[in-house]
Amino acid sequence: MIYLNLLFSFIKIGLFSFGGGYAMIPLIQKEIEMHGWISSSEFVDIIAIAEMTPGPIAVNSATFVGYKTAGLFGSMVATIGVALPSLILILAVSGFFFKIQKKPINIMIFYGLRPIITSLIAAAGVFVAETAIFKKDVSIEAFNYLFNKPANFFDLGSIFILFASLVALVKYKIHPILTIAGAGVAGIVIYSFIPLV
Amino acid sequence: MNLNDIKQLKDIFVTFFKIGLFTFGGGYAMIPLIEKEIVEKKKWVEREEITDILAISQSIPGAIAINSATFIGFKTSGSKGALAATLGVILPSFFIISIIAAFFSKFGNNHILKSIFSGIRPAVVALIFFAVYKVGKTSIKDKTGLIVSIIGLVLIIAFNIHVILVIIGGAVFGLVVYKFWPGKVNEILGKEDKNNDIS
Repeated sequence: MIYLNLLFSFIKIGLFSFGGGYAMIPLIQKEIEMHGWISSSEFVDIIAIAEMTPGPIAVNSATFVGYKTAGLFGSMVATIGVALPSLILILAVSGFFFKIQKKPINIMIFYGLRPIITSLIAAAGVFVAETAIFKKDVSIEAFNYLFNKPANFFDLGSIFILFASLVALVKYKIHPILTIAGAGVAGIVIYSFIPLV
Repeated sequence: MNLNDIKQLKDIFVTFFKIGLFTFGGGYAMIPLIEKEIVEKKKWVEREEITDILAISQSIPGAIAINSATFIGFKTSGSKGALAATLGVILPSFFIISIIAAFFSKFGNNHILKSIFSGIRPAVVALIFFAVYKVGKTSIKDKTGLIVSIIGLVLIIAFNIHVILVIIGGAVFGLVVYKFWPGKVNEILGKEDKNNDIS
């Protein structure tokens, strides 16, 4: 019974969350509270770990909640649940998509749509940058602060890693996996051995 | 199913397993990896198609990472390919998280792991901006496109408009151009034909 509940809850979460993993978090929280599966402080830990570990945040949190609720089989059921709507919807949509793509009207729809996808990615970059680079939330008050003590506002180590990664990716065409690994090593050096604050 | 099909499915699975294993910080940070592994190395999809795949992945519910993996898998080898790609992108998470949940519940408090993650976060920002540059180069064809893109960014960041509405807005803009701006339509369709001739 608990397995069926997990399966249906996560199918529901997969089916009704638009805009990727972060948008799923409130939905997952609602389902968990409704069923009383885990405590809310445990849920905060789960989200932190889901962000820190590789893989889609949606899958990570589904696996974690499933495991905490009903063990290994629970994590399996929750993971399948969260991925199943995507699999079915994509199978339904993509066959259709490849057929209609070449009509003039569709070419024009994609002419308007494609630049928007670029803005979505840029927006995601700005949101991640806010937590990665700035020590505080960006606000007008913070701008006054900025001119007095920039080191209190920006995390200098992060800015260094950001620019070093950009140079590695764009100029030297370093593989993204190597770039991530290098940034992890830089993180250990900067945050564990050099106290910047 | 012949031997070649099985080899291809295994290839899809392994490639997406690798992508799932090294994707931190959500679906968009995955784009440079997809470019490297799937466009450059395997040549399963064209660079231009990545944008369309992202458009679909954003417009239907579910995680962007799963949606785009499934889509690319389907394009490469049909429904079996879709299944192989989905399993590939999910399994690394499943293994890692199950192990953490079973043995290291206090994982998040480890100082070294926190330092590693603090280092990876800004690199994720770099990966996402790299994706903006790569996707922008193929998806913004002219000044009109650039303006649409900037308006979209402002709507999302400054006005908190839901991404689905912004996506619909972009599609509607394309339709309006199709109906009322024949000069532009000819220009865009002309370019599209030229692309087809080259390929």
